[in-house]
Amino acid sequence: MVWPDNFAVSVLVLAVVAMAFLYAARAPMHSLIRSLGAALSGPLRMAARWLGAAAAEIHQRNKAVLLAQGRQEVGHRIEREFERLGALVTRDLQGYPALQRKLLDEITRIEEDYKKCGEVPPTPPDWTDAVTSMAKIKSAGSEVVLRVLEEINRSVNAIHDKAIAEYRKAYEERHKILEGFMPFWRSVDKNLAQVEKTVAELKSSVKGVDAHMAKYEQINAGTDKAQHALTVSAFTQFAISALVMLVAAGGAFINFKLIALPMSEMVGAGDYITSTLRTSEVAALVIIFVEASMGLFLLEAMRITHLFPRIANLNDRVRQRMLWIALGLLVTLAGVEAALALMRDLLIADKQALLQSLATVQAQTATDGWVGSIPTAGQMLLGFILPFALAFIAIPLESLIHSGRTVGGVLLMAMVRVLAFVMRVVGNVARNLSRLLVRLYDVAIVVPLLVERMVKGRLVGQQGRTRRRMADVDVDIERTHA
Amino acid sequence: MNKRKFLAALPALVLAGTGCGDARNHAHAVYMLVDTSGTYAQEANKAQLIINYLLGTLQPGDSLAVARVKSRSFSEKDIIAKATFDVRPSQANAQKRAFRDTVDAAFRRVPGSGYTDITGGLLQGAEYLNETGAGTRTIIVFSDMQEELDKVTQRDFPISLKNIRVVAVNVVKLGTDNVDPRRYLGRLEAWEKRVVAAGASEWRVINDLQRLDRILAKG
Repeated sequence: MVWPDNFAVSVLVLAVVAMAFLYAARAPMHSLIRSLGAALSGPLRMAARWLGAAAAEIHQRNKAVLLAQGRQEVGHRIEREFERLGALVTRDLQGYPALQRKLLDEITRIEEDYKKCGEVPPTPPDWTDAVTSMAKIKSAGSEVVLRVLEEINRSVNAIHDKAIAEYRKAYEERHKILEGFMPFWRSVDKNLAQVEKTVAELKSSVKGVDAHMAKYEQINAGTDKAQHALTVSAFTQFAISALVMLVAAGGAFINFKLIALPMSEMVGAGDYITSTLRTSEVAALVIIFVEASMGLFLLEAMRITHLFPRIANLNDRVRQRMLWIALGLLVTLAGVEAALALMRDLLIADKQALLQSLATVQAQTATDGWVGSIPTAGQMLLGFILPFALAFIAIPLESLIHSGRTVGGVLLMAMVRVLAFVMRVVGNVARNLSRLLVRLYDVAIVVPLLVERMVKGRLVGQQGRTRRRMADVDVDIERTHA
Repeated sequence: MNKRKFLAALPALVLAGTGCGDARNHAHAVYMLVDTSGTYAQEANKAQLIINYLLGTLQPGDSLAVARVKSRSFSEKDIIAKATFDVRPSQANAQKRAFRDTVDAAFRRVPGSGYTDITGGLLQGAEYLNETGAGTRTIIVFSDMQEELDKVTQRDFPISLKNIRVVAVNVVKLGTDNVDPRRYLGRLEAWEKRVVAAGASEWRVINDLQRLDRILAKG
């Protein structure tokens, strides 16, 4: 305090002095603040631009990788579809000429039979005219005529009956022929249905190939739609694979529980890797990983997965050999695990017996019988099966790795973009903050600035008057000259 | 062995692969002193309870010794039974059974002693525990903590119990403690001071035998 007794005056004096100093330092201070703002915002904006460019590059690279992967995948699928189609054509349409011949034969036969069963109208009797003429004869009760007519009636009836019988017989034969059609019709129907089914299957397969081809063309053209579809597909695959891997991790955990304790019988329970982790537990985990690796090699050798191109490129003989070795090791490890699971049960039983014998109150030992051996058998079975189940982890693992590239790329790009955005925002804030500080600085020294403006205004006024006076003098001189 | 441990084992595999194993000894060695002097000899069955608890709790690779507190206890002859359990669980269980049988037989014919040399027992225990080289060392004193020495025995010198936990169990009150509880509290306080001064990592008193889990629990 300048005057400790008078606070207000002291503050006022200090403010006036400070204002004077601040006014004197105005230009360099403005420059300093602007420089600081520029020093902060410049690199940040530059970094933001660089990150933006990097994000664009990542996007391009992601797109290229994604499209290449998609192209390969769809290409494989189309190849498989064509193989399927080829097999279908070979299987079903190979026998098509024979089928057609059979159909034609059957149709010809049906046609012939049909012709045979055509209705032949009975020939009109020649004697009807004679009967008509006879009917016109006036009998007038003549016995002769009556007899003749009766004789004619009897003959006509007999002939009529005979004709009817023949007609019925002919119909019966035709019906028999028609009845004989049935198996042929059925055969034709069956064959045609089969042809229809085959053609429908073929059509469906061709539609599938068409869809895949359309997708392939889109990927080849590098359209955004194809890229989006592939990205979504990769995310879905990633999620599904991660889920399956999680389930597999659960299986591995159960496996670990089964063999960790008995492993201490093999490698000892006294060694520790970390303060809480025994070597036996790590050894159990190593066994599980070895099993998973063997499963991986097995599936690679079977060409189900393609994580190791070198294995896929091996010649068939070596690959077969590798397959059998991996399978043999897997079976051996599964057997070891089953034995370890049994040992675990024995160790736990032994420990329980010890604890019971140490307890003050002796527990009643129940005789379990065959029921008691179920958990043991279950553990052994699990110990044998789990390694094989873990072997299939290679499939979701491959999917996870392949889709992980896309998912990771997309996430990285998003992160870089967010970072670029944040840097741009911070750069802008720094630049605007420097402007604000310049204004605030001027606000703090508003009094000297007002004084400066007034002084400048007066000086400008004087200069103006002087200039006007000079102009008046010039005019007078010109007039004098004139 | 829980899921957390399973997950922790994954990075540990890398450690193991690089040869960065934990070099510390994680074994636990326990030396139990059982007071057999005077009226406290009647408490021997409770001591067996504690020994059984220890046998059930100690892991393969751990060590256990049981010794008597007599008129002069700084002697290997006072050790009733001692064993370092095999690292294989099945063998360790067999050792534990044999240990229990030995202790049972010894406690059936436990002779009383005229004096109580707790300090000598502590010295013997410290020696045994240091020889085991175990990472965690515990001396359990099953006694009323009333030390009584004959005129010849010298125990009034500083002792070393460095990095050893000392747990006093079943510290029963004497008849005189009932008259003046300060005697009991003063006795425990004096032992605590002495044990801490000797460099013990922990001093603990457990009178409730239902809480035996606190014997081996650190901190």
